[in-house]
Amino acid sequence: MKITNTSGTCQGGDSTRVESRENVTTANGAACRQYKPESFEQAPMYVAVLTYLGFGIVTLFGYFRDFLRAVGLEKCHLAQEREEQRDFVPLYQDFENFYTRNLYMRVRDNWNRPICSLPGPEFDLMERVSDDYNWTFRLTGKTIENVINMGSYNYLGFAENNADFLKTVADKTLQYGAGVCSSRQEVGNLRIHEELEQLVAKFVGAESCMAFGMGFATNSMNIPALVGKGCLILSDELNHTSLVLGARLSGATIRVFKHNNMHSLEKMLRDAVCTGQPRTHRPWKKILIMVEGIYSIGAVGPTGRGVAELFQLDPADVDVMMGTFTKSFGAAGGYIAGNKVPVPQVPQVNLPASQRAVFNIPLCNWPAFTGASFLQHLPHCLTPELVDYLRSHSHSAVYATALCPPVVEQIIRVMKCIMGVDGNTMGIQRIQQLAENTRYFRSRLKEMGFIIYGNDSSPVVPILLYMAFSRAMLERKIGVVVVGFPATPITEARARFCLSAAHTRAMLDKVLHHMNEVGDDLCLKFSQRRCSPRPELFNEADFELDS
Amino acid sequence: MAFKTLTEYLAWLYYQYLLCTGIYVLEPWEKSIFNSILLLVMAMVAYTSYVFVPIHVRLALQFFSGVFGGQTESAVTLMS
Repeated sequence: MKITNTSGTCQGGDSTRVESRENVTTANGAACRQYKPESFEQAPMYVAVLTYLGFGIVTLFGYFRDFLRAVGLEKCHLAQEREEQRDFVPLYQDFENFYTRNLYMRVRDNWNRPICSLPGPEFDLMERVSDDYNWTFRLTGKTIENVINMGSYNYLGFAENNADFLKTVADKTLQYGAGVCSSRQEVGNLRIHEELEQLVAKFVGAESCMAFGMGFATNSMNIPALVGKGCLILSDELNHTSLVLGARLSGATIRVFKHNNMHSLEKMLRDAVCTGQPRTHRPWKKILIMVEGIYSIGAVGPTGRGVAELFQLDPADVDVMMGTFTKSFGAAGGYIAGNKVPVPQVPQVNLPASQRAVFNIPLCNWPAFTGASFLQHLPHCLTPELVDYLRSHSHSAVYATALCPPVVEQIIRVMKCIMGVDGNTMGIQRIQQLAENTRYFRSRLKEMGFIIYGNDSSPVVPILLYMAFSRAMLERKIGVVVVGFPATPITEARARFCLSAAHTRAMLDKVLHHMNEVGDDLCLKFSQRRCSPRPELFNEADFELDS
Repeated sequence: MAFKTLTEYLAWLYYQYLLCTGIYVLEPWEKSIFNSILLLVMAMVAYTSYVFVPIHVRLALQFFSGVFGGQTESAVTLMS
């Protein structure tokens, strides 16, 4: 699910997408941005047909097996209706249960693999086998060592156990203990939390910030605090589940616009402002635009400030910025950052609120933002200070336990490293290394003819494929994450490679080499795009031509 | 793709067949059921076409020769 453009069905081809962006930019006279087109090439028709055929056949066998279970010829290993609850509402008869029993179980060995080492660039897997076709697993006691880890969102390689780097974390643990046992609003507020929030605000370029203990809850619990009934949420169609959940919980009206499509958004926004709420036609109380780039913080942009920096935005244009500490920082939690006065430049004229909103919609200014970022567009939108408001109104501030000090210190340590506070360049080097790895990996995969999705600078690389892929890759000692239906559309099952600055060129070459073989074996090279056999890659001296 | 032997090629073909039909996820006995059903269907198709296609072809030929051909020369001259 995740990065700003990881997943997606494409509406219209590449050319229209790019074109629409340019129109928006020029129409608003904005400065020229570096624009890297995203590609969402569709797999050829026969692939879709074959995929549906395969799913159809396996589904038929699923019905057959369910029939066998129903007549008692086969034992059902999963939960099922109890005899004495026969007349109750059925619990295990919906499609989800059918899918789990009959499709997911067959390929379950591709997921939830137990690991037994630090999930750095390489990790050790515990070998497991199944004697009954994945209904149960048995550990053999052996470990598969040094599997290349392409599955962790460890962008900058800060998920590490180097004792020298983690010294401050150990110190803070001794000083503050491991946990607080209280929420921030009560007695769980430590000095280290304040320090973290100031640092994050400085990092993302906002005036104030609040940190939460769980990234998902940051989104899903704070949106209801910002908007409610009578408000409108305009949400990107590919937003992360946490945003979708938050939007639904808020009770606001939700409208969905096409992924990264400014025309679609503008049209919806105009409609919303002109017609107001349905039936009553009162103006909307607030209009919130949600776009996502959660996974980008620390990973993209020349200094790791996320998509806002990648697209050269002014962070002040984004009213609410949300981001996560889970990925680049090797920690846990999330933050919300905002400015003290959310919309300072709103013209104070006597117009209905909805029309006033029109003046301040910087449509061209937000291709995608840092974190789940929201634009608040009404002058009286909240209290004067977003973060203070959230501190007292958000569920995750009131009820959630405060971040534990070691985690906070880890975030502070990494953030200082990225910012280069103490004069070291390790952070910036890692960011550059990640960018280099990303460009190299993506361009090589494209050369090989795989269909990959997403922005060229995104370190998460999804590839369209079949499910046998994950097994084949593990045999070659490469750990990948595969995602399939229901998380993606049936025809768009994919593997998600997460690049890290900690991956060396040798590791990437090994992965690419095996990708090439497996891709040939499984006929995964769907791309019909004609590209020159070796397009210009990037200026680098030690780039070797091996394949 | 380069194959050293014919068996290697056949194994690859079979693997592609497993992947395309999605039956690589099935248990062996299910695979054999699927394969036997498929073989049975194909055998029946082959048999029925062997038995019935010649008859149909002959009938079709007769029909079309009745429509287009079979006109005597006098009829043609009369029309022209």
